[in-house]
Amino acid sequence: MSMKTSNRQVDGVTIVDCSGRITLGEGSVILRDTVRDLLGKGNKKILLNLGDVNYIDSSGIGELVSAYTTVKNQGGELKLLNLTKKVHDLLQITKLYTVFDVKDDEAGAVKAFGK
Amino acid sequence: MTIARGKGKLPDSLPGRSLLASGARARKGFASAGVHSRLAIMSAHRVSYTLDSTLETVNSAEETASQIATEAGFDDEEVMKIAMAVREAAVNAVLHGNAYDPGKKVMVDFERTAHHLVITIRDQGKGLDLNKVPDPLAPENLLKTSGRGIFLIRSFMDEVEIHPSQTGTEIKLIKHVHGTAGDGKEASQ
Repeated sequence: MSMKTSNRQVDGVTIVDCSGRITLGEGSVILRDTVRDLLGKGNKKILLNLGDVNYIDSSGIGELVSAYTTVKNQGGELKLLNLTKKVHDLLQITKLYTVFDVKDDEAGAVKAFGK
Repeated sequence: MTIARGKGKLPDSLPGRSLLASGARARKGFASAGVHSRLAIMSAHRVSYTLDSTLETVNSAEETASQIATEAGFDDEEVMKIAMAVREAAVNAVLHGNAYDPGKKVMVDFERTAHHLVITIRDQGKGLDLNKVPDPLAPENLLKTSGRGIFLIRSFMDEVEIHPSQTGTEIKLIKHVHGTAGDGKEASQ
């Protein structure tokens, strides 16, 4: 039920593999801390792999928005990878699908980050 | 309707037996989640809880909604929508209404009629000011980190009624049972 993340580096991009639920409480906090830690270490190209995230509530959506703006404000880029149908539909109805840069191919997503 | 307290046993022939069964499981769910819940009323068609203003209440309300909606025969996608709407309403009650105040309670009521599943959630806060609820789809609000809960509730339920007062906010979530769907129309706000 809780959320887990693990990070890996591919061509200068930090891919954060997320699994579980991003909801009010632990899930949102873990995402917030993960992004904060990465930025603190100078990793400003972040690809959130949400392939194993099957549930996000409004707090989780807010946390994704916060992560996106925080990274952008520090001169970095944050993209989303492998949305499940539920998460895809949520971003569609909240009109956030076009705000986020959403990818469905990891290699292509990594290449899409600026040099 | 006959109102039973506690472990009321109903004849098999009563149409609400299925919901009673799910209500009993729901009560176990609340207990197993460590929530200090009190089963207020349980009847053939209805089960009500009085809950603390905690995050556990939010999770338990969502789980119970999922169980009851499944029992009521909704498909997986509808169950997910109902459970998420209940979660968002519970978040509003616990976080924005009662502000985690241990002295304030959240009342959650599930009622199954022949045509509807009705979930009512009440808090004891100062009352939601509907005029201050922003439109999360407005361009200037798209990047805000909050304010999407009520929008999602309205998106996922067939009818939504919100009744704010100085002693708290009551939100009623209605989903039509198969064949009686209202095609997403909203009754009132």
